[in-house]
Amino acid sequence: MKAYVCMKHVPDTAASIKIVGGKQIDETVKYIISPHDEYAIEEAVRLVEKKGGEVVLVTLAKEAAMATIRTALALGPHRAILVRIDQTFLDSQDTARILAKVIADDGPADIIFAGKQAMDTEGMQTCYRLGAALDMPVVTDVVRFDPAEGKAMVEREIGGGEKEVIEISFPCVIGATKGLNEPRFPKLPDVMKAKKKDVKLIDLKSLNLQLDNSVQVIHLDSVSERSKAKIIGGSTGEAVRELVRILREEEKVLD
Amino acid sequence: MANIGVLIETDSTGVKIANYGVMTAAQGEGHQIIAFVMGIAATACTEILGRYGATQVIELSSQGENLAKSPDLQAGLIIDAVKEYHIDFLFGLCSSKGKDIMARVAAQTGAPLAQDCLSVDVAARTVVKPFFSGRTTATLQLNGSLVLCTIRPNAIEEKEAPVTAGAAVFSSARSNDGRLVIKEVKKNPSGRVDISEANIIITGGRPLGSADNFQILGKCADTLGGAVGASRVAVDLGYASHSMQVGQTGKTVSPRLYVACGLSGSVQHFAGMKTAKVIVAINNDKDAPIFQKCDYGIIGDLFEVVPALTEALAKR
Ligand SMILES: Cc1cc2nc3c(=O)[nH]c(=O)nc-3n(C[C@H](O)[C@H](O)[C@H](O)COP(=O)(O)OP(=O)(O)OC[C@H]3O[C@@H](n4cnc5c(N)ncnc54)[C@H](O)[C@@H]3O)c2cc1C
Repeated sequence: MKAYVCMKHVPDTAASIKIVGGKQIDETVKYIISPHDEYAIEEAVRLVEKKGGEVVLVTLAKEAAMATIRTALALGPHRAILVRIDQTFLDSQDTARILAKVIADDGPADIIFAGKQAMDTEGMQTCYRLGAALDMPVVTDVVRFDPAEGKAMVEREIGGGEKEVIEISFPCVIGATKGLNEPRFPKLPDVMKAKKKDVKLIDLKSLNLQLDNSVQVIHLDSVSERSKAKIIGGSTGEAVRELVRILREEEKVLD
Repeated sequence: MANIGVLIETDSTGVKIANYGVMTAAQGEGHQIIAFVMGIAATACTEILGRYGATQVIELSSQGENLAKSPDLQAGLIIDAVKEYHIDFLFGLCSSKGKDIMARVAAQTGAPLAQDCLSVDVAARTVVKPFFSGRTTATLQLNGSLVLCTIRPNAIEEKEAPVTAGAAVFSSARSNDGRLVIKEVKKNPSGRVDISEANIIITGGRPLGSADNFQILGKCADTLGGAVGASRVAVDLGYASHSMQVGQTGKTVSPRLYVACGLSGSVQHFAGMKTAKVIVAINNDKDAPIFQKCDYGIIGDLFEVVPALTEALAKR
């Protein structure tokens, strides 16, 4: 089984994002594995532990992503490919085409895992575009994955606690979300081993792909937090009655 | 003149209310709005969709294939209809289903797509959407003869723009290649609305202490006609299901009222709900960080305050 995991290197979820020059960000903050990708890595590693084969991590990023790749390799993938780019934002269609090319050249893939969405650009579409580029079926928001011969039964969250039970044939793309598994914590020997694992560097330019740039970031704006709450005092009874009055009469959010 | 398509989501009650904001986003001077529905007769939707500006409602129908089993087939049918009606801007709802189908349409056509938009400028082909889990917004330029976007539920206030809508059926010959088949839909026993589309949400955090205690919130939500959410800690401790988690690794919600009970106010939680219109916090610690970034606060034990709130609401 040859499993690929597409991983994105993103600013820490708690880091404050400083906008530089209108459409860039201060990249000196701490970076992490995009949270949903952790579930993708874990599921790929479990699959290959069971069925044998290899897990290859693929990342499209600036070279600074190397540290994040080492962290990810400690979670079990056998090797990694870093496609080095200069830009911070690359649109989903271009990203998927690049990932597809790299995976096709290195593969063929039996299965590709990724997070259902990246925590920085929140595009929610790369899995689908990757599937289209490689002619593979795609399912995202996956919370359960049961592989069988040549196919898998998966469950997909569709909101309100409802789930779709889907049969999908290999090769396919699986978009992981929280609930799929409990990612492992790397142990020290895993961290040491990860340092020696092979990471192949590919320059985007060497792939000779014409980029579309069909989605461009024009500018970024920071979102300010609300100010301090108005505290409603008095006894519990008084406070809730006053709250209901405000919500109904002033805010008009209750009928 | 712009030909705008809107992919409408329906359920057993008909056109879901969350579509009204999407229709509103699509309205504009010289916009010809064509609404697409599936699994429901177009004539059943003309009145309501006409009220929000649709001049035509088109039922997409497959020739004998079971659409409900294949999202790729649904996407294929939408692509054929988009061509037939010369659509240049296609809108959808950023719900679990909407974002999945729109991403399939985008992938199969190569058209640019922006998901989870907060506002859209049709003429300029720009959208505003969250980046970095809501810590920033990004204004994006979409370039292409067909561009796609999905709107965050409840993000755009609905506005009527009544016209008379016609009805028609569109069908095309596509078949399911069988590589992806929806076998079954597992229903949710609680029957409450999906949090990502709910107008009112009441959420519980770590101090709830058990799944049983979440029923205190359930009662309050039922009185309000709202949904129940949970913090990640509450989910990870098994008090609530994953589908109820709000935040960066959970659902993004934008209700008109959000009541947070026993939540500290973490950055990751706020990533999922800070676009709510009014945020109320109930917390027994007057110094809890959540009081620094919400609209109204009650300092007190949630086990006392929430039942009292439910009672006060029931009396209205
Ligand atoms: C990568 C990453 C992703 C994450 N994603 C999410 C996410 O999607 N969603 C999410 O919610 N979190 C997420 N988190 C976790 C987040 O950082 C917080 O740990 C979590 O939100 C805290 O949950 P809480 O507010 O329920 O609990 P706590 O932080 O423990 O807060 C409990 C609060 O309840 C108050 N309290 C205690 N007893 C009572 C009582 N009887 N009555 C009233 N108030 C009481 C306390 O004063 C306290 O303020 C994420 C973290 C990381 C690192």
